[in-house]
Amino acid sequence: MSEQGTGKKAKPPLSKVRREQNRREFLRTVGLGVGMVGISLAGLIPLIGGANARLRPPGALKDLLDEQRFLAACIKCGQCVQVCPVEAIHLADLTDGVGVGVPHIEARNQACDFSCDGLQCVLACPTGALTHDLNFPADTRMGFARLDRPEACLAMQGKGFKGQARGPGFGGKLRYAEVDRWTPIPVAEHPYDLELCDLCVRQCPIEIRIAECAAEKSPEPGQVARVAEKVGNECPPRHAIALEPRPDGGVGMMPVVKDGCVGCGVCEMICPVEPTAIVVDIDKVTEAPI
Amino acid sequence: MSYVLDSLRHLLGLTVERPAPERQSQEVRFIYERKAQERLTKETLEAIEAAHAGTSKRHRWRNRRWATLLIINLLFVVSYQFDVQLVEGAMTASRVVGFHFADLNSALQVMLAFKHVVLNLLIGTATVLVLWWLLGGRSFCSWACPYHLIAEWAEWLHLRLAARKWVRDMRFHRAVRPVFYLIFAGLTAASGYTVFETISPTGITSRALIYGPGLALFWVLALLLFEVFVSRRAWCRYVCPIGLTYGLVGLTSPVRVQYNVESCHHEGECRKVCLVPHVLDITIKGRAEDTRVDVAADCTRCGLCVDVCPTDSLTFKVKGLAKVL
Repeated sequence: MSEQGTGKKAKPPLSKVRREQNRREFLRTVGLGVGMVGISLAGLIPLIGGANARLRPPGALKDLLDEQRFLAACIKCGQCVQVCPVEAIHLADLTDGVGVGVPHIEARNQACDFSCDGLQCVLACPTGALTHDLNFPADTRMGFARLDRPEACLAMQGKGFKGQARGPGFGGKLRYAEVDRWTPIPVAEHPYDLELCDLCVRQCPIEIRIAECAAEKSPEPGQVARVAEKVGNECPPRHAIALEPRPDGGVGMMPVVKDGCVGCGVCEMICPVEPTAIVVDIDKVTEAPI
Repeated sequence: MSYVLDSLRHLLGLTVERPAPERQSQEVRFIYERKAQERLTKETLEAIEAAHAGTSKRHRWRNRRWATLLIINLLFVVSYQFDVQLVEGAMTASRVVGFHFADLNSALQVMLAFKHVVLNLLIGTATVLVLWWLLGGRSFCSWACPYHLIAEWAEWLHLRLAARKWVRDMRFHRAVRPVFYLIFAGLTAASGYTVFETISPTGITSRALIYGPGLALFWVLALLLFEVFVSRRAWCRYVCPIGLTYGLVGLTSPVRVQYNVESCHHEGECRKVCLVPHVLDITIKGRAEDTRVDVAADCTRCGLCVDVCPTDSLTFKVKGLAKVL
């Protein structure tokens, strides 16, 4: 005991029992390692076939259904959730595997209506998973709207709409600038009375901004028609959706999605028919340049 | 230097050998020799124990730590629920009164998976690095990590069951933790996904507190059940790469628990309460190299040993602070 320091080589061989204990500990430890690594790798399963892909907040670093860069860059902190004035952003659960804690939007329940004006979620993102490369709502490429059930669309049937767009129990919010410029209010508190339902066009944030820009536009001759050139991209350069005569010459009007659509989901949220007639696809975005 | 080397050995799961007598100071050898001659009776030791158990010091650091941990985590919750914007985000990354903070391990994963670092993340990471270096490295674990607190309660249950021999603590080789560290880092870099974050109970618990519970809590529950019925504090001891990251930060941190050989009675109570008892092997008779030894960096600075020691032989200290004051 006293001369231990000098005789390191002279260590007594381990007893049989001790060796057996060590062997078992080693096997247990390997088991723990394989188990933990296996469980963590199971988190990759939801990615198969892009099943994990969702409508993501503005600026998400992704290429349609390929969300690898977005899931990699996101630090799963939820700061984007906290700044959203309409609480559109939610964090995914463990069923999303490696996407756990990553933000997404359920447009039918609460779409992004850009009522923060400044893309607050993008500004809040600490890792650039929501890229800072975009400045205005019209620069976002979240998805692309599609009239999924034209036969159900009220406008297509030439029908109007009266009342609360999604019924009295709907919790979703929108900002109505004519009611309150700064604070979004529940859609249920803002009933409509429309001769022809045009909710998807009327509430489209891109269309609203285009109208606002048009109102600000100088009436002087020589000004360009394209409002975007007056204040840069802040004014959306392209229309996102419009009601047009039905191609078959029927009585109603048809909502036609234009290449200015960014896929924010407000049309899907506000559509008063159940289930919604218009949806946002995430496997497509406009090809128009930013 | 031996502090850093011994700490590294602990962090890598290797054993730190009993020091050769020539490495021990004259003073400490003298103390050990004296202790060998004047052995304390069992009654004396028990009397000292009993006297200590009744004092207010018995749970002092634990209470301070639990309060701190709860306040830190509640600040996250309150900031979001009441929109006071003091600590926005979650434990993985946040903004504290506007300043970026990023958990070192979460940031590391993002860097490995994304292979690109934005300035804000760099600022947040550097801030947190400096902060926890100043505060002791693994002190993150015991003073901030929400899973640590729940795991501590589960450990209490485990110890009660173990005392009745209803469960046994299954031990694993501690070297598995650095192996996990490398595997998780490798998988993250190779797959491009933050593989560890998926199963991190720290992130899951923190987000559940702030944004509401989800199915992910069942994973945390499974870990807790494993720790109660199979292996004591298994996650923190054998798996968690966050602990290893902060352990490395703590290698040179000034905040340490210091061991005083002179007053120690070598009863081993400190090792029984410790999450990482190998760091307290220095309290075994003959193991200390000097009369005062700093507890190595794998220590989470939780203070349980400071609380339990009846002779104040373990105390918190800040290296260099005495000189400054």
